Amino acid sequence: MTDTPTSPSTPPAAATGGAPAGAVPLVAADGVGFSYRGGTPALTDVSLAVHAGRNVALVGESGAGKSTLLRLLLGLARPTTGTITFAGAPLTRGRLRDYRRTVQAVFQDPYSSLDPRHKIGRIVAEPLRGLGLGADPARVTEALDAVGLPADTASRYPHEFSGGQRQRIAIARAIVGHPKVLLADEPVSALDLTTRVRIVDLLASLGAERDLTIMLVSHDLGVVAELCEHTAVLEHGRLVEQGDTSQVLGRPSHPYTRRLLASVPRLSAQPPA
Amino acid sequence: MSLLSVSGLTIRSGDTKLVDDVSFTVGPGDRVGLIGESGSGKSLTALAVTGLLPPGLTATGEVRLDGVDMIGAPERQRTAVRGPVAAIVFQEPLTALNPLMRAGRQIAEPLRRIRGLRGPALRSAVNEALREVLLDDTERIARSYPHQLSGGQRQRVAIAMAIACRPRLLVADEPTTALDVTVQAEILDLLDRLATAHGTALVFITHDLPVAARVVRDTHVMRNGRIVESGPIGALIDHPGHPYTRTLVDSARRFDAALERTARD
Repeated sequence: MTDTPTSPSTPPAAATGGAPAGAVPLVAADGVGFSYRGGTPALTDVSLAVHAGRNVALVGESGAGKSTLLRLLLGLARPTTGTITFAGAPLTRGRLRDYRRTVQAVFQDPYSSLDPRHKIGRIVAEPLRGLGLGADPARVTEALDAVGLPADTASRYPHEFSGGQRQRIAIARAIVGHPKVLLADEPVSALDLTTRVRIVDLLASLGAERDLTIMLVSHDLGVVAELCEHTAVLEHGRLVEQGDTSQVLGRPSHPYTRRLLASVPRLSAQPPA
Repeated sequence: MSLLSVSGLTIRSGDTKLVDDVSFTVGPGDRVGLIGESGSGKSLTALAVTGLLPPGLTATGEVRLDGVDMIGAPERQRTAVRGPVAAIVFQEPLTALNPLMRAGRQIAEPLRRIRGLRGPALRSAVNEALREVLLDDTERIARSYPHQLSGGQRQRVAIAMAIACRPRLLVADEPTTALDVTVQAEILDLLDRLATAHGTALVFITHDLPVAARVVRDTHVMRNGRIVESGPIGALIDHPGHPYTRTLVDSARRFDAALERTARD
């Protein structure tokens, strides 16, 4: 539990936990645009901040630019215009190692995101090696325990686990180095409904217990409403609306947000028998 | 007489029972849901109903589709009911679509084979089928290969193929699970409208209770290869009898309630 982000060289007062809006965000996109080579812009002028303790949802459909923005936020690509900031200062190559300690990711497909040839212990320890922390088995056990898996999971292989268990393993890998931000790309959309509930509960409890802020990319507005305080709606590479989740989903001002909400299947809207 | 009657259907892989003693009937125009999660046996049941079980699996019990024994009858008889009597739509439209064939030709194939259409009559039937699934710009869609279409357009093409010969039963296996939520809503509306317009019976298979609630009237909840509870879907949602049904309902209500809270806050 020792992991405050090692202070980068040019930080304004960054480490104010549980900061409301106005404080320095952990991670932010500032007027970010991105075009794939020769293509039309995938993102245009996107500004979005992740503040400690306020889970953020990025909502939108295929081709809206969610994955592109996620790639930029993971430092896997650089914006064409604008900047990604980390603890208030632009994310530069020299700060990437610090950044990777602070920001980790979980992806949609629990079947393809775990290397089938490796034991779970090695998979979960992977970020530790990347961060030069060594594959400390105690940390692996602690991370597995945090996601509700027994210690002997470490000596087994991915194919021995169900979809929900694999997603727990992927989450254990993401949190093993005690990051501050978890970027979760559709983490429950490939899961059955009952498993979905359990993983959402797990993410919520990790947020509370580990001082971890979640940025959730999802098209599932029910999950967004359950987990996130802030919601941003992306359509055709532009943020059409963002604010408190209760505001954006409760009183949507943009027609696209209203259309998304109207499309959500709900039990309360049953057809006549 | 039932259009489809399934009785004591059991599907085995070696000694393992994947579907265990499943029975249900579907009458003309019925809307029946098979609801269950991964491994519940719902998709295998759908394949058995349409006589498409993969080799290596053995089915026992009885499946009668318009009187034809879909387990015991020779392949020729089973093939004869696919298309005019029952058609199936899968989760991933690329399963049903040939990647090397233009969409128009794929829709034309059953129209030619089953309804015997040729030439201009065939061409206009293809256009009509595309308009019916609300694809305007039918000429362009007909000329497109599957990879040139969006996910929603592909699923519409797959539905157009399935209903081209006016089957009396449409089996839809998670037809919207791979789609965006707004496209999902459009496809559900489309299935609803088509089934109503033609009196087509629907067997709708999904893990997603709220999705089922949108199109289905009667439903069977499956778990570990067995039907654990059956009834009108509204009654099951309001008064689930089996603990597993209750878990499904509670899970769905969690996210419903979270959304409703935002509207109240």
